[in-house]
Amino acid sequence: MASYSDIARDGLWKNNPGFVQLLGLCPLLAVSNSLVNALGLGLATIFVLVTSNVIISLIRDWVQPQVRIPVFVMVIAATVTAIELIMQAKLYELYKVLGIFIPLITTNCIIMGRAEAFAAKNPLPKALADGLAQGLGFSAALVLLGIMREILGQGTLLHNAHLLFGEGARDWTITLISNYDGFLLAILPPGAFLGLGLLIALKNDIDRRMAQRAAQPATAGQPVDSAA
Amino acid sequence: MPDRNETLRQIGISSAILAAFAIAGSALLGLTEDNTREQIAANEEAFLNRSLNQVLPEDRHDNDLLADTLEVPGDELLGTADPVTVYRASKQGRPVAALFTVVAPDGYSGDIRLLVGVNYDGTLAGVRAVAHRETPGLGDAVEVDRSDWILGFAGLSLKNPTQEHWRVKKDGGHFDQFTGATITPRAVVKAVKKALLYFEQHRDELFMSAKTDAEHG
Repeated sequence: MASYSDIARDGLWKNNPGFVQLLGLCPLLAVSNSLVNALGLGLATIFVLVTSNVIISLIRDWVQPQVRIPVFVMVIAATVTAIELIMQAKLYELYKVLGIFIPLITTNCIIMGRAEAFAAKNPLPKALADGLAQGLGFSAALVLLGIMREILGQGTLLHNAHLLFGEGARDWTITLISNYDGFLLAILPPGAFLGLGLLIALKNDIDRRMAQRAAQPATAGQPVDSAA
Repeated sequence: MPDRNETLRQIGISSAILAAFAIAGSALLGLTEDNTREQIAANEEAFLNRSLNQVLPEDRHDNDLLADTLEVPGDELLGTADPVTVYRASKQGRPVAALFTVVAPDGYSGDIRLLVGVNYDGTLAGVRAVAHRETPGLGDAVEVDRSDWILGFAGLSLKNPTQEHWRVKKDGGHFDQFTGATITPRAVVKAVKKALLYFEQHRDELFMSAKTDAEHG
C-alpha cells in the first residue's frame, strides 16, 4: 500500500497529472494564459478533487463494481455543481472570469482518473492525501504555465489579482517589462502547447540528470559529492 | 451461472444504489442552491448596478435604474436579434439618459458586448465593454481596467465627430486604434455609432413610457 510520501511524490512530481499523466489538458491549456486564472482554476480543481476522492473512498465498499462509474460520475457532477453555486455566491467576479471552466471540471479526466485508480481502492486518509497531492501537482503545472505565458505574453504577473484576492489586490500587478508590446503567440492556444512541451522537456531533463546521478557508483556508504 | 431471478435481484440492487446517490446528490444541490440563491441574485444585481453606474454616475439620476426598464425588440443597429433591455435614467421625473447593451459582432474573436449610455441630448454618457473574448494584451485594451481608450467616447455624438469620422484613424476617422490591434477598436467604434443611430431614430419611444413610469421613482 502506498505510503504518504509516495502519494505526495507521485502527485507533485513522479506522476504529476499535468506533466506526466497529461490528464486534464483542456483546462490546463485553456486557462493557463495568466497566473490569476491558473491559480483560480487550480484551487477549484484541488477542492473538487479532494471532495470527490473523500466521498468515493467513503462509499467504495457499498457500490457494486458494475455501477461504480455512473455513481462516480454523479458524485463528481454534484460536487462540481455545488462548488459552482458557492463560487457564484462568494467569488462572483472570479466566477465570471473562469466561466465555462468550472462546469468543465466535471469532465476533467484527472478527477475520474483518481477516483477510479486510487480513491476507490484506498481508505479515507490516503484518498484525501492523494486528492490533495494530485490537485497540488495539477495546480503547480497550471501555475507554472500561467507564469510563463503571462510574462512572455504580456510582460506582467498577477494581472487582475483582485478577481481572486479582493479589491485590495487591484494594484498587485507586477509589470516586469514596461512598454512591452506583447507576444501574442504565448497568449494564444499554440503558446499553451509550446509552453507545456517545454515544461515537460525540462522535467524529463531533470529526471534524466537525477537518474544519472543516482547511477554513479557510490563508494561504500559515502555520499557522492559531485556527479559532474 | 446465476439464474434469472438472481440477475433480476442484482439489477434491482444496482438501481437502488444509483437511485440513492441520485437522491443524495439532488438533496445536496437543492440545499446548496437554496442557501446561495439570494446571494447570487444580489451579486448579479450589484454587478449590473456597478456597470450601469460606471457609465452613468449615480448623482446624475435619482431613480432606480433596475426598476425603470423597457424591453425593445432586437435591431440591426443594436447588433442583435434578441430583445434588449433599456435602463432609463431620470432625475426629478425628467429623462436623463438611456443605457442599453449592444453587440459588436465583428470583434477579433466573436461578439463584443458593450454597455452604452446615451444622454437625452444625444451625446454619449459613456461606453464600457461588458463581455468580450479579445486577445489579452492586445484587443482587451477596450476594457477600462486595461486602458483609458473606452473613456474617450464620453461626450461624443453623431455630430462630434461627424458621421464619416466615426472610424479608426487607420480608416481615416477620429478614433485611435491600438498598437497591433485594429479589428477590435474598429468593431467597437462601429457598434457605438450604430447605437447612437438607434437612439436618434427611437429616442421618443425609449423615453415615452419613461414619463409615466418615472412617477414611482
